[in-house]
Amino acid sequence: MAEQEKKFSIWDLPDVPMGQLPPHLELQRSRVFCNKDAPIHTESIQYSGAYSSIGVDNSVRLDNFCNNFRVEVIRLNEDDMEFDMIGIDAALANSFRRILVAEVPTMAIEKVLFANNTSVVQDEVLAHRLGLVPISVDPRLFDYMSENDQPNEKNTVVFKLHVKCKKGSPRITVKSDELKWLPNGSELVKESTANSDSSSKPETYTYFSCSQESVPEFVKNPIAPKYPDIILAKLGPGQEIELEAHAVKGIGKTHAKWSPVATAWYRMLPEVILLEDVEDDLAEELKSKCPVNVFDIEDIGKGKKRATVARPRTCTLCRECIRGEDWEKRVALRRVKNHFIFTIESTGALPPELLFTEAVKILEDKCERVITELS
Amino acid sequence: MEHGSFTDNSAATFSLTDEDHTLANSVRFTLNQDPRVTFCGYSIPHPSQARVNIRVQTTGDPAREVLKDACQDLMLMCRHVRSTFDKAVEDFRGSNAVKAMKIDSKDSSDSEESE
Repeated sequence: MAEQEKKFSIWDLPDVPMGQLPPHLELQRSRVFCNKDAPIHTESIQYSGAYSSIGVDNSVRLDNFCNNFRVEVIRLNEDDMEFDMIGIDAALANSFRRILVAEVPTMAIEKVLFANNTSVVQDEVLAHRLGLVPISVDPRLFDYMSENDQPNEKNTVVFKLHVKCKKGSPRITVKSDELKWLPNGSELVKESTANSDSSSKPETYTYFSCSQESVPEFVKNPIAPKYPDIILAKLGPGQEIELEAHAVKGIGKTHAKWSPVATAWYRMLPEVILLEDVEDDLAEELKSKCPVNVFDIEDIGKGKKRATVARPRTCTLCRECIRGEDWEKRVALRRVKNHFIFTIESTGALPPELLFTEAVKILEDKCERVITELS
Repeated sequence: MEHGSFTDNSAATFSLTDEDHTLANSVRFTLNQDPRVTFCGYSIPHPSQARVNIRVQTTGDPAREVLKDACQDLMLMCRHVRSTFDKAVEDFRGSNAVKAMKIDSKDSSDSEESE
């Protein structure tokens, strides 16, 4: 404990090139410090004049953004993908995530017309279950249907379900592969009033002017539920279900059945830094502490061992490595504020890379709407 | 819908209907990056009502123009994100196809050598 305070002057610091922040401030600006009790420096410093008092311009001009922005795809399957976005801010990443969950449209069953339901599953419960079944059809080929519109081949997809369990046969399970697509529209006839002209075609609940099979995409991939083994109901002997389901286009904001992703999430890239050399016994202890094996041991000769950070990306930030005495000054856990690891799991209507592209397009449309309103 | 004073058009509040955090936070981010802006923020008066108030105060330029520029910047950023993403997906698919081809050719060459 010194009696005299050491006079510390900022002019004694080594020269930092003009236009750049001193390293400790740059660290605060670009990293979230995940301490034992709580994370600090979590807010992103967006204001362009934040560092104007020391003469540093914090604004990210468009050309800077375009030069520094990178995307790296890690995994891409039919149903899910994982990719990294580097150089973007949390506000944009969150907007993309919100749009993916709530505003990318899909087709889902909305109206169910029951002809017969003698099963133990009530009408409304069965209709609710049918609504949640994901349908593998490209929603971009359809239009929205409003209240006043007639259901026609451009805004409705019609399915039929007719299952009967015979008396004397064992119980059967109704799975989603029993839903059959009707490309010609509804087959249930509307009860017409007395003065019906005795013309050939009786009126049904939909008004298809041509069969949906004339669209080439549907000939290649006929419309069907994405997964054929979803249990819809169970029938005992003598019970029957006969219904027709109409699927329309909608967005997740109205009802979660129209959400195109099982879920979509992102996390910031974790960064694990060893502040001082961790050797021998301490290195072994550190390696065993981590549940996801972030650390590795390497030999540095003369029988001494040292711990290194091998896989920081798998770190779940469980903070086991900084639990206990003294560990906080050996290991620093941080997150990189502008590096996002996005994971998108699609339910099957559209492949995940198309879903992300659609989400970005929707954000562009929103901006355009605001611009036209302002002009 | 804009609420501001008629004499000083460098500070205004814009009330957007049918919007929520999705657009407002992104617009606020791009507004903050603009050096002409002294203050910007957004608020949602009531969560059940889909309305957002965006407040912009500038160093003299009309707030309406600054907001329009921010929205334009956001659109260009989105386009750039889209093109970068598409290229990254193509590169990934291309490199995967090359890897699969390499494995196939290695197998066939091995079997040729053994014969």
